[in-house]
Amino acid sequence: MALPKGVQAVAPAVPAVFTRATLADREAALGRLLLAPAALYVVVLVGIPFVLAILLSFSGARSGSLAFDWVGLRHFRAIIADPQFLLTLRNTLIFTVASQVLVMILATTAANILEAAFVGKRAVRMLLLLPWAVPVSLATMAWAWIFDSTFSVINWTLRALGIFQGWIYWLGDPELAMLAIIIIHVWRMFPFATVILLAGMTAIPLEIREAAVIDGASFWRRLFQVNLPLLLPVVTVAVLFGVVFTSTDLSVVYLLTRGGPYNSTHVLSSLAFQRGILGGDLGEGAAIALFLLPVLVFAAILLLRMARRAEVGG
Amino acid sequence: MRERRLVVRVVKRAALYLAALGITLLAVFPFYWMFVTAFKEDNDLYVGATVRTHIPWIFNEPPTLEHFHYLLRETAYLAWVRNTAVVGAAVVAITLLLAVPAGYALARLTGRWGERLGIAIFLTYLVPPTLLFIPFSRVVAVLGLQNSLWALVLVYPTFTIPFCTWLLMGFFRSIPRDIEEQAMIDGYSRLGAMRKVVLPLAISGLLTAAFFSFTLVMQDFVYALTFISSVGKMTVSLGIPVALFRDVFNWGAMMAAALITSVPIAIVYNLFIDRFIAGLTAGAVKG
Amino acid sequence: MGYVETRNLHKHFGDVRAVDGVNLDVSEGELLVLLGPSGCGKTTLMRMIAGLEAPTAGEIYIAGQRVDEGVPPRARGIAMVFQSYALYPHKTAYRNIAFPLEAAGQPPAMVKERVSGGARMFGLERLLARFPRQLSGGERQRVALARAVVRDPKVFLFDEPLSNLDAQLRAIARYELKEFQRQIGTTTVYVTHDQVEAMGLGDRIAVMEKGKVRQIGTPQDVYENPADTFVATFLGSPPMNLVEHDEATLFGFRPEHLLPRVAFPAEAPVLPYHLRVRQVEHLGASRLIYGYLEEETRSDQPVIADLPVTIPLPIAEQQVYEFAVPRRAMRYFDRRTGLRRDGAA
Repeated sequence: MALPKGVQAVAPAVPAVFTRATLADREAALGRLLLAPAALYVVVLVGIPFVLAILLSFSGARSGSLAFDWVGLRHFRAIIADPQFLLTLRNTLIFTVASQVLVMILATTAANILEAAFVGKRAVRMLLLLPWAVPVSLATMAWAWIFDSTFSVINWTLRALGIFQGWIYWLGDPELAMLAIIIIHVWRMFPFATVILLAGMTAIPLEIREAAVIDGASFWRRLFQVNLPLLLPVVTVAVLFGVVFTSTDLSVVYLLTRGGPYNSTHVLSSLAFQRGILGGDLGEGAAIALFLLPVLVFAAILLLRMARRAEVGG
Repeated sequence: MRERRLVVRVVKRAALYLAALGITLLAVFPFYWMFVTAFKEDNDLYVGATVRTHIPWIFNEPPTLEHFHYLLRETAYLAWVRNTAVVGAAVVAITLLLAVPAGYALARLTGRWGERLGIAIFLTYLVPPTLLFIPFSRVVAVLGLQNSLWALVLVYPTFTIPFCTWLLMGFFRSIPRDIEEQAMIDGYSRLGAMRKVVLPLAISGLLTAAFFSFTLVMQDFVYALTFISSVGKMTVSLGIPVALFRDVFNWGAMMAAALITSVPIAIVYNLFIDRFIAGLTAGAVKG
Repeated sequence: MGYVETRNLHKHFGDVRAVDGVNLDVSEGELLVLLGPSGCGKTTLMRMIAGLEAPTAGEIYIAGQRVDEGVPPRARGIAMVFQSYALYPHKTAYRNIAFPLEAAGQPPAMVKERVSGGARMFGLERLLARFPRQLSGGERQRVALARAVVRDPKVFLFDEPLSNLDAQLRAIARYELKEFQRQIGTTTVYVTHDQVEAMGLGDRIAVMEKGKVRQIGTPQDVYENPADTFVATFLGSPPMNLVEHDEATLFGFRPEHLLPRVAFPAEAPVLPYHLRVRQVEHLGASRLIYGYLEEETRSDQPVIADLPVTIPLPIAEQQVYEFAVPRRAMRYFDRRTGLRRDGAA
């Protein structure tokens, strides 16, 4: 690494245009300018419709006209008294809770199984992502075919395996239809949740896990006292997203049952669509859809708190 | 004694593989079923499930391409593909145009309040289409965009922009600060440094954002269902479930459509999922 | 006026005073080292000089021109080498070195000539087509230096550029860096937390703690005549021994000055002590003796003696020996403020 004599060259003059600070240098202003278009788009096209949704729920607006007349709490009083609506509320709750619980159980199990390194792990991960990657409407149609009233391949398989000889009329029976919807939600989400959990698990430093093993902790103790707590942020995010996407889903219910049989499987979104868009009663539709808000607000608060904790503690 | 331990280990390993296989099958069998249906002759397909002797899981008759022919020639499928491509391209362009500077600003230029704003922008992603579709139907009516693909181009960025801004923020953060500062010392303004040094290094991030924007567009069903009514203007996600059957149910064609739409997405999705997960877990675990 | 000068420079982050009133005066051609523990403000200070942080208060001058208001980094005539070297990963070594020249709009022929010159200076000719990931740590450092040199800046700013090198390489790199700076003659400000590096490199050292400059002086100066207890214990390894003399005074002496009484001539002006030895470490070129002075008011103050192997006196643990410190090596510090005093109170 020998250093030969330095080369003395004539210093190039710094061009005059360089010496002044321009807008491109002023970081505070630049930051605002770069952020503005996106922020504006979101505020205008999400914020305003959001407010509009609330306003519409107090109006007698109908599609097909641009009228907007104030009706106060009429819609809310009507839907709360409507047993159909209460059933819908119950369905939304049941679908969301049942599918998320099942997703978490399945995903934790699957993540623990798949954590062990084995041949074909990459391929397995790719296959596991398929249910999530595929558009939800197409996946639902595939399941509609699987649950078909005459040709259901599940029914055939259960018969062939000798497990069940009767006929499962999936989409024709209210309870079975609910089960079918839950199955689809779980099928879509648990592989994705598994992949996220797996990624979270590999992010736990190896030393911590090895230390637990050396300390003599059994598998269950390790799971509940070391792995799961450290995975909690990832798990929470996965569950929150699952809850939000399941409770606000329209596609699965609409495409599988249209809310039937006999309006027994409606969820808030599908009922809002039926009454608001198909029925033309925008005010009532908006009022129904607003009941989705508590879940969203709750999710938002939780996520914010997690973000703040990450900011402070991390 | 040692043999017994070996046997236990082999059994455990076998059980592990079996369980992994089971899980994978559970996730994948509907696609297999999709695949089989798409290539089966009708009389192999429409056999009641009470018939024991006919195994639906295999090809009892030789596979056929007739559903694909039907799909491509006698339905509006190709029109839907074209519509989806056009809308997708437009939305990806709009999204990148707005989300790239926003993501950069949030990653570098805004400090405390920027952090909060970033989270706020991401939270708007949680506002679901099924809450907004009713007011949007009014907005679309006011703008005269009913039954127009432009309505979709207008509305889709409301979820692609928040998502991609958050994604790109993570990518820009992962580029070391001192490279930008070095570029500023070497002769560029902050904006110039972004252009010359940061963007080239963020190409993988830009591609990921573009891809996920497109998949988000492909996923949407609610807005398409709300705004589009004529068959020729539908997107793939809307047309296949809603407009493929004219008089008679044609599951073969439907599964064929679902198959050729799903497979490319799935393949490319896999390429990008690593980056996506890295961004997600880095934020959640490390903070 | 110095070539690089800061006047009453402050940088506050909310309640935290990262830089708390610093007056710096770097002469032309000098290599000034900013030395201090992490968090002392040395890097923040350098970044303000570079223009990467805006001062909360105070002024900065480079070559007589005021730069702290509205003069962006690219216009200050500086070149900076970061700890990570900040090489552009998507560009070859050649393009890295050429980058500032191209940014200035230099004609291609001129760029080629100067890049070749810089490459020759650091022995990089055969590495120019490589990407940073294909270069070793030492090679990357040289590319970073070449990039800094080709634009002929007025000031070099170095932010701990040697800390990423292996210990073996560091001493050699230090020597070569000093040689290089001497030949080039460019004013240099150098940040480090390594006091050996500071002593070896600096024409002068500015020792910083908690945002303030404790002392500026030549290496010899800050080592032998520290301005306060912080400087006294930060420089030197092992650090200066500080012993409580009474309520108001600490006295200090460096380990190399605490030697067995017999090592001094009989009439030498020394202060004698009895050292109870706790532990002896054999380090090759010297022995470190950890012990307690029997004479002092609080016998639980440990001291260290640095005994070169040229003094082969046998030293055993748990024994008491006669040691001494030359009077002229003794320093006195105010116990409350830590500042240096002349003589005991």
